[in-house]
Amino acid sequence: MSKLDIKNGLIEMGHGSGGRASATLIEEIFVRHFDNELLNQGNDQALFSIPAGRMVISTDGHVITPLFFPGGDIGSLSIHGTVNDVAMSGATPLYLSASFILEEGFPLADLERIVISMAKASIDAGVPVVTGDTKVVERGKGDGVFITTTGVGIVPDGINISGDLAKPGDAIIVSGSIGDHGIAILSSREGLQFGTTIESDSAALHTLVAEMIAIAPAIRCLRDPTRGGLATTLNELARQSNVGISIQETSIPIKAEVKGACELLGLDPLYIANEGKLVCIVPAEDAGQLLAAMHKHPLGQNAAIIGNVCEDAQQMVVMKTAFGGSRVVDWLAGEQLPRIC
Amino acid sequence: MKFVDEYRDGDVAQLLARLIRQEAKPDRNYRLMEFCGGHTHAIFRFGIVDLMPDNVRFIHGPGCPVCVLPAGRIEAAIKLVEENDVILCTYADLMRVPAGKRDSLQKAKARGGDIRMVYSATDALAIAQANREKQVVFFAIGFETTTPPTAAVLKIANAMQLTNFSVFCNHVETPPAMMHILSAGEAKIDGILGPSHVSTIIGSQAYADCCDKYRVPLVIAGFEPLDVIQSVLMLVRQINAGEASVENQYTRAVSKGGNKKAQSLMAEVFEQRPLFEWRGLGVLPESAVQIRSEFADFDAEKRFGMQAIATADIKGCICPAVLRGMNNPDECKLFGTACTPEDPKGACMVSSEGACAAYYSYGRYRAAESKA
Repeated sequence: MSKLDIKNGLIEMGHGSGGRASATLIEEIFVRHFDNELLNQGNDQALFSIPAGRMVISTDGHVITPLFFPGGDIGSLSIHGTVNDVAMSGATPLYLSASFILEEGFPLADLERIVISMAKASIDAGVPVVTGDTKVVERGKGDGVFITTTGVGIVPDGINISGDLAKPGDAIIVSGSIGDHGIAILSSREGLQFGTTIESDSAALHTLVAEMIAIAPAIRCLRDPTRGGLATTLNELARQSNVGISIQETSIPIKAEVKGACELLGLDPLYIANEGKLVCIVPAEDAGQLLAAMHKHPLGQNAAIIGNVCEDAQQMVVMKTAFGGSRVVDWLAGEQLPRIC
Repeated sequence: MKFVDEYRDGDVAQLLARLIRQEAKPDRNYRLMEFCGGHTHAIFRFGIVDLMPDNVRFIHGPGCPVCVLPAGRIEAAIKLVEENDVILCTYADLMRVPAGKRDSLQKAKARGGDIRMVYSATDALAIAQANREKQVVFFAIGFETTTPPTAAVLKIANAMQLTNFSVFCNHVETPPAMMHILSAGEAKIDGILGPSHVSTIIGSQAYADCCDKYRVPLVIAGFEPLDVIQSVLMLVRQINAGEASVENQYTRAVSKGGNKKAQSLMAEVFEQRPLFEWRGLGVLPESAVQIRSEFADFDAEKRFGMQAIATADIKGCICPAVLRGMNNPDECKLFGTACTPEDPKGACMVSSEGACAAYYSYGRYRAAESKA
């Protein structure tokens, strides 16, 4: 088989044909970088034994512009996103699959850069990519690269975490500063200069989750506030659990540069996406100890209790403002759009 | 954040609120119109209503650029992009505003129209420079705040002799709209929180006639929450004293005469438009600007022979009355049922500066709170 010209080559329709060109692409880019025993077997599926417990599966499509951004890229994001979705059930993520939809004309060098980043994220997380798929679409019918990842994991016995379990009186914890990912993307997408580089918080949270569960097995809800940000996640949890949520603006960690960028653009940081943060609802009596444990983990250093669950048949999320008033933090209607003035 | 946090100090807010409660006379009402959507946004975002005594009430005015743009102008822009091979660039919050026939720029984009969201007029110019083979039209809207940047890019485009760039001008002017609301006498207004960003351009003196003629006090108020609450106190004091003058709370940015450079830039590129339709206010004379004949080559209305499209507002929608300060959003039959932020029927439900969108969130909370 002829070697790929990774430095100068482009994705061609033949790379998705299933023939020799596909095999070369898979061999020289995917298998080479993901390199693990199950994938290297070269089957169309990965066969493995599973430990006892309940199994979790989650899948996520990754479509992002730009593909490379401060603090990450679509590759690492596609690992972190799915590892986190699995971990938010309290599970230990075990394996991942990855499906690539590549656009004809996409540079092989960029593809390799993405796959190297993905492989690193997967190795760092200890969750290997064990099977996958590649398709090529004609030029103009894709956006460079779309990646779908699926993850499986096992929930330990005795752990029961779900969005419908929040109860009045519970404490709400966020694992760190919000809005970093969304602002990093926005700044690189729109070519906006904020005078400081805001990096995405993209990270795999399962080791943090494992430590949290060890300290507070009674955790009721976990969710990563990705698209729609903290506000949307809190509204989802309030609706699922049929409760109200009360938060304090002054308790929510937000970096000054994220705040500043949001002010400039007329955006609300509560609705900005995150890729390395989680929201946790836990019985109030466990909150202090849990928070102290989170502070010891690198991804939970800035964790904070931001409010509590209350009774409310209307399932409202209400924020006490720093100004002394209160306001509703409602579902976002459509996209959050910058104001004119 | 330097220069932001100083204007969001909760303790100072409580102090000012206490003064308002002390000074507002219990036997009278203080109906204060916040002209700008930016103020509406601040009032709801920071929960300022909670700090006010019951007899100090906010009436929402027409100062939201997307709310006052009639549906017909958006329909005209959609027609332009669908019938011509153009790239239409616009500020973001115009995308979801309902045009006629349940349409919007966002829907036209989904149908294949090349409609792009920009942060500034300069971005639109850059798109024109990068796409010389296509006609690029900037859908310009806004009050005097956004008019100078549009004038600046028109001058640049003219100097560069760019042949593929033009502006669909929808810039409107604040004082005529304020005059109209006060002259109509439909809304009971005891004082006005005057536009802040607009006033940095046109100056506080631009509203002197409004105050003199209609005997209503006006305070130019910044958009930060402490600005708003301090301005309320200034208005309460003027009302108590029976005065009706222009006061400037936003002295850190607004001068009496405004920004002369911006004014001359606007005058060089734009001229008064004899008539312009406002959503909710109808056709108002000399209330908007159009591109001067010297820059006619860059006027999209002329270049593409754009025709005015008359579109009736949705039946039952009282956005016009809300924009005139006559009704509160929750007095509309469509409010919260047929008209929601997910499926807005009127413009006031679209923008985060829109009174209906603010009421929708906040009103539900209030209802829940009063039940409890």
